[in-house]
Amino acid sequence: MAATLNRDADRAVNQLSQQQIRRLRRRALLALRYVILIIFALLFLFPIAWSFINSIKLPAEALAVPPTYLPQQVSLENYVELTTYGKIGVAQHVYNSALVALITVAGSIVLSTLGGYGFARFDFPGKNFLFIMVLSTLMIPFQSILIPLFVMIVQVDLHNTLFGLALVYITFQLPFGIFLMRNSFLAVPLEIEESALLDGCSSLSLLYRLMLRLVLPGVVTVAIYAFINSWNEFLAALIFMTDQDNFTLPVFLTTIRYGIWGDVDWGALQAGVIVSIIPSLGIFLLLQRYYMDGLMGGAVKN
Amino acid sequence: MTSQFAVWNLSWVQRRKLTGLLFVLPTVAFVTVFFIVPLLMTVFMSFHDWPLFGERAFTGLANYSELGKDRQYLKSLDFTFRYTLLVTPPIFLLGFILASLVRRNIRFIGIFRTIFFLPVVIGLGVSSLLWVWMLDDRIGVFNKILLDLNLVTKAQLFLGRPNTAMNVIILSVVWKTVGFTMILLLAGLQAIPDELYESAEVDGAGYFRKLFYITLPLMRRFIALALILSVIGSVLSFDQFYIMTRGGPRNSTISIVYWIFNNSFTYFKMGYGSAMSIVLLGILVALTGAQFYVLRERE
Repeated sequence: MAATLNRDADRAVNQLSQQQIRRLRRRALLALRYVILIIFALLFLFPIAWSFINSIKLPAEALAVPPTYLPQQVSLENYVELTTYGKIGVAQHVYNSALVALITVAGSIVLSTLGGYGFARFDFPGKNFLFIMVLSTLMIPFQSILIPLFVMIVQVDLHNTLFGLALVYITFQLPFGIFLMRNSFLAVPLEIEESALLDGCSSLSLLYRLMLRLVLPGVVTVAIYAFINSWNEFLAALIFMTDQDNFTLPVFLTTIRYGIWGDVDWGALQAGVIVSIIPSLGIFLLLQRYYMDGLMGGAVKN
Repeated sequence: MTSQFAVWNLSWVQRRKLTGLLFVLPTVAFVTVFFIVPLLMTVFMSFHDWPLFGERAFTGLANYSELGKDRQYLKSLDFTFRYTLLVTPPIFLLGFILASLVRRNIRFIGIFRTIFFLPVVIGLGVSSLLWVWMLDDRIGVFNKILLDLNLVTKAQLFLGRPNTAMNVIILSVVWKTVGFTMILLLAGLQAIPDELYESAEVDGAGYFRKLFYITLPLMRRFIALALILSVIGSVLSFDQFYIMTRGGPRNSTISIVYWIFNNSFTYFKMGYGSAMSIVLLGILVALTGAQFYVLRERE
């Protein structure tokens, strides 16, 4: 009797410790996971942090060989230097990039909303053909049709203009924008529109007054992608802008890297890199949900 | 009454058709002018000797036959394929590791996902400017760290030798793009029901059995998508070579797009550039075709 009791107690203790062991193991694994995550996070953040740290060194320290790890003195001098860099200073190039981005965002929103609504809610001859035509743009990246685009843009005297560059950017935002907006409109219940139509509302005012509010998340997503893509784009900007005054920010920064203005000023370059990173990073961090919606809607479901 | 209604109805339908067309018209116009026309023009131009200014002349297939003799073109093709083959596995493997690490919704996991994704929203041009500076032999931080840790005895010219140039450019591109692959694979991982793993564990399956019998087969579509998007991106790469090595050392890092760029916008041999673009287009259409094939299969 006593022996049985003893055995039961033993088993209970055993079980308890096994449970504890299991719990301990789970905790250790979780801690290990966090350790690995933190190491990776530090590695991923390092280039951005390093660029930022160097941009706030004094210009002379930013050029030191070998480099210092931490700034001996914090200074905004590199940023100040950037404002007078090259022919016209960084402000003009930020303005160029911002203007191109703005036109691209506005154009993409208007065209994608109108087109998406048209493809989602109307029946007309040739609809499927036109829809496939628009989406087929996705398959052929702009890199392979840059030459005739350049020839055409030169022909109508739009090369070297921010507007001409924006027109090209808008076109390559369209397949994604149309696809996304069409899906957004399709997700709105038909009944909402029907009652408004029966009240004699015109299609355009219906879109503007009622539908736009319902598909706003889609519009935000289209705007974010249009902004980030045009702000970051390099190759087309490099080709279409032959006059230094019209260089967008990334193209201007490349001229610093190649020392077109004298010795390579790495401190100013890193200040420029930070200036260029902040808008797209800021927009991404603020509107991450919409960005991810676009990624999933655009990439995974098509 | 009925006939009146029918007439009204008919005109209403017609009006709807017209309205619909008007709504899509701006988009169609843009796509036609900036996409369809240039596409057809690329074909047209590829049969011509087409300088930016001056006489253009029809030359038939001369541009295409010149391709076979252009040693730098063949070298660029070879380089681009080698680059693609070398850059894709690390992007995919690290993407998978990161996706597995951030899969469960443990505390603070959102922060980690965001951090790994951050470089994706930075432009490739700007990230190349950042990396070329970090890789510099004199003021670059990598050499500083390697020297301080006594891992090297003198500063390395990472971008000065073809092999190391390839490796460090791959490192920079992995940093810049792996977050995108991670998110795609994460979506795939999260689509797999937990019960499958639980019942596999009851049956005593270990990590690798679960990986090969559950995880990988069930996320095939996502894997295929991630791989193909990454391959297409690599075939089209330009910024990193233009900015970090300017095609050097000894023209060893000139990608296809870079060589098209040089011919068309430095030498202004636009007809020849168009012929190269047509070949590139063929490669891309084949890749996209493969993408649709792989993605459709399972449905």
